[in-house]
Amino acid sequence: MYDVEKLYQPQSIEEALKILSEDSDAWIIAGGTDVMIKMRHKKMRHVRLMSIRQIGTLKGVEKLEDGTVTIGPATTFTELAAEPIIVKELPMLKTAALSMGGPQIQNMATIGGNVCNGATSADSASSLFALDAALVLECQDDSRVVPIEEFYLGPGRTDIKPGEMLTKIIIPPRKEGLFGCAYIKFATRKAMDIAILGAAATCVLDKEDKHIERATIALGVAAPTPVRCIEAEKLLNGQKLTKELLEQAGRAALASANPRSSWRASKEYRECLIEELSARAFYKAFLEAGGHEL
Amino acid sequence: MIDVHMILNGKTVKVTVDDGEILLDTVRERLGLTGTKRGCEVGECGACTVLIDDIPVDSCIYLSAWANGHRVMTIEGVETDGELAAIQQSFIDNGAIQCGFCTPGMVLTAYSLLKRNLHPTTEEIKKGMAGNMCRCAAYIQIADAVQKAGEIMAKAIDEVKEKSL
Repeated sequence: MYDVEKLYQPQSIEEALKILSEDSDAWIIAGGTDVMIKMRHKKMRHVRLMSIRQIGTLKGVEKLEDGTVTIGPATTFTELAAEPIIVKELPMLKTAALSMGGPQIQNMATIGGNVCNGATSADSASSLFALDAALVLECQDDSRVVPIEEFYLGPGRTDIKPGEMLTKIIIPPRKEGLFGCAYIKFATRKAMDIAILGAAATCVLDKEDKHIERATIALGVAAPTPVRCIEAEKLLNGQKLTKELLEQAGRAALASANPRSSWRASKEYRECLIEELSARAFYKAFLEAGGHEL
Repeated sequence: MIDVHMILNGKTVKVTVDDGEILLDTVRERLGLTGTKRGCEVGECGACTVLIDDIPVDSCIYLSAWANGHRVMTIEGVETDGELAAIQQSFIDNGAIQCGFCTPGMVLTAYSLLKRNLHPTTEEIKKGMAGNMCRCAAYIQIADAVQKAGEIMAKAIDEVKEKSL
């Protein structure tokens, strides 16, 4: 039994926001796969928890008429990986979801919790960075939309304010053209492991001559927060992909990174991974979009 | 304190739990079902696996309050009237047990896997059971046991179908 003073179990978003307005110190718990472990390690004590996993309106994936995809933050990774919209249009999120923990964890952990935990290693985060995702943060009387890049402030620190809750993840429509996306997780084990590096990429190709209309590359564990590799993207945008250009883009990805040494891997090793995996992830996205093999 | 109504191993159960209580403690300490094992307590090893609505979860990081209104299955609920389920018998027949500590979790995850797919490939078994650790490393025998149990179950289903035709 954990040191929980009170467990709130609101049944609606409105009820949850009301609880937060009255008790802004209450910790939001969705799948519990991070929060419960913090309690086990006694990093959280004598807390009031507010569970949101039972709120049905916080679950599910929808596609709007303009092509925007919205994801309910309490959607579990198992649910996410089975969502037809994700499987068909944004398979990088399926790859990310199934690379995370093992089945038991995927059955509980939620994409919103993965993001709000603020870890650079969050498997879904780098993909959401690459997809230009935005987060809807609501409090009782207000709501705001924050680009995911601005949401991460530092390791374990996010822009979520007391009384606020993540209520929706928005993925804007992809640019017109041929779309492809990919996520590569590099870890020492195939399951139950935290990424040494995570590389996510998207590619939009021109329908006619297949030059790169738009490239995005985002990395996890390459810096204190997930990062977008703007320099590499600039190199790729507007070009036709060649082997040389792909290698250059991999090297350019390093400019956005600031990896550290940890017991999982050294800074130098991560730098090699950043160069190689940024290029590989983009190449995979390029092929998915219908690009020709180099 | 929170009242939890659940269907535990097929029977309706009402239990009053603490706000911070985990399902592992509820089934072991309050309900006396000690087949569910306490392993790592941080969702890494799968020894405490139980099925919620047929889906495996780690009961060490699952708040008991969440079980309200759901079906919960522990290892005690796998057999029927004292007769072992095919997956349990298959673990014995294939020597998939060494020390036995991981077995309840393994059996439940396998049970859930076979419920969705009676003919899993070795790769699907590896993926589907990646959240259960066996520190004796009887993995090959475990994967065999799951595959063979699936075959036996599929055959039994076919026989029933044939009879009813």
